[in-house]
Amino acid sequence: MRMSREEVQRIALLARLELTPAEEAELVEHFDKMLTYVEKLNQLNTDGVEPTAHAVAVPSPFREDRVTNQADPDALLQNAPTREGDFFKVPKIIE
Amino acid sequence: MAPYRLTIYDAADLLRKRRLSAQELTRSVLDRIRATDVRTHSYLTVCETAALGQAEAADRMLAAGGAVPPLCGIPVAVKDVILTRGVRSTAGSKILEHFVPPYDATVTRRLREAGAVIVGKANCDEFAMGSSTENSAFLPSRNPWDLARVPGGSSGGSATAVAADQALAALGTDTGGSIRLPSSFCGVVGLKPTYGRVSRFGVVAYASSLDQVGPFAKDVRDCALMLQAIAGHDPQDSTSVNIPVPDYQARLLQGVRGLKIGIPKEYFVEGMQPAVEAAVRQAVAEFTALGARPVSISLPHTEYAIATYYLIATAEASSNLARYDGMKYGYRAPQAEGLAETYRRTRGQGFGDEVKRRIMLGTYVLSAGYYDAYYLKAQKVRTLIRQDFLTAFGDCDVIATPVAPTTAFRLGEKTADPLTMYLSDIFTIAVNLAGLPGLSVPCGFDENHMPIGVQLVGKPFGEDVLLQAAYAYEQATQWHTHKPPL
Repeated sequence: MRMSREEVQRIALLARLELTPAEEAELVEHFDKMLTYVEKLNQLNTDGVEPTAHAVAVPSPFREDRVTNQADPDALLQNAPTREGDFFKVPKIIE
Repeated sequence: MAPYRLTIYDAADLLRKRRLSAQELTRSVLDRIRATDVRTHSYLTVCETAALGQAEAADRMLAAGGAVPPLCGIPVAVKDVILTRGVRSTAGSKILEHFVPPYDATVTRRLREAGAVIVGKANCDEFAMGSSTENSAFLPSRNPWDLARVPGGSSGGSATAVAADQALAALGTDTGGSIRLPSSFCGVVGLKPTYGRVSRFGVVAYASSLDQVGPFAKDVRDCALMLQAIAGHDPQDSTSVNIPVPDYQARLLQGVRGLKIGIPKEYFVEGMQPAVEAAVRQAVAEFTALGARPVSISLPHTEYAIATYYLIATAEASSNLARYDGMKYGYRAPQAEGLAETYRRTRGQGFGDEVKRRIMLGTYVLSAGYYDAYYLKAQKVRTLIRQDFLTAFGDCDVIATPVAPTTAFRLGEKTADPLTMYLSDIFTIAVNLAGLPGLSVPCGFDENHMPIGVQLVGKPFGEDVLLQAAYAYEQATQWHTHKPPL
């Protein structure tokens, strides 16, 4: 296997994903298949080839820093899992 | 003919002549959904009351006489990754099951401004990750031509809605084939525009350097009408390109005489379903009979496209999906201790298996020590893939290929092995990496009477040429007039 269970757990921590033991086992296998498959890219010599980030290069546009929307806290908070007044209520951040 | 069977073009004509009302048309489509969607599962949400209200408004405009907007009173479906103000938009995910967006995507707004009636939100693979719609967190859609088979994905519900006459047209998104594959599997016309042609503002992001919004339609002319409504620059999407939008319908009648059609040898491979290869070669012969000139071309890096895509798309997905943290909207896991555990549980419980796979692979390829070997390497190969196409377009105007190596497969056939599922997109994925427009148009049926599509790939912003070529082919062959036995 190209990747250990511990390595999968480390990546899951980076990705903030809680995985079940069965999911971890499945991911060990999945990584093995995918990392083997993508190895075919190493057949290609890409020395001196520029990377492509976007197929159509668009320069970053600039705009005035102006507020264009109306203040509407209720619309913004309507999907909040929990709210208190006009604020998002979130778990304690500093332990 | 029942109104739900109509094309946009014919319905618009009847509406303007007042021989059909927008409310009659919308009711007919809603009745059709009620009668058939228990079998196809095209929709996650049907907006009956809002749709009838929009139809009533369209009737008032039509009654007033004078000019009406181009899609006035036309019932359409919108893929559930595209935000619709006040209407639940789940992206096919449990993590957004109850999410009601406070704003419209730009494409939704443009449909509304064009007078369209939004009848519902179409099912899709979770966060548009999949090729069969089996990754929907809610339920899989089914192919109207054979309910035991998948409609393709990820925009499966958009394709089944149009194929089953549950909408006159639909919007989908395409990151690696998600419009063209289901169009081909369901026997409708689907177009992925050039990267930058259509705004993605308000579209749930999957892989931002590849995602594009496009139409599904019953025929090529309707596809042109839908693209006309959504194309164009949007200041709210900094990747949308500010170049003029041509009049697509005006170009349709120009035919294919003298058009050079490139046939890439790498797209006719071992293991292809023989009926698919035969139908696509027959389509090329038909183009030739219509006056086009076939040209042999080569796209030598084709075999590297899937590997390149699964490094770039998963990396971008891992970054885009970091926003689902259970804080400001969406699902939050109950009874988690502290912030870190809330994040992990929320995401562990909220995302489905395929989404987790892609976040994990993407996180890995971007992680310290692996970036150059995977992500940067893939971006360089992407350059080679794009150069293949640009070189080929020195010798031809349009490229014709199969959309997929097979027709629609059975539900459950490919879910056990994700990599096998990924290979369904082998002929569509390079087009996204190169940012080019691609269109699927019906070109026949296999031995089980399942639809086959031919893919036409164009130069950047060459949607007009694709539509023109597809229209000539469609008018000559009439494959689009076949309907599933639903």
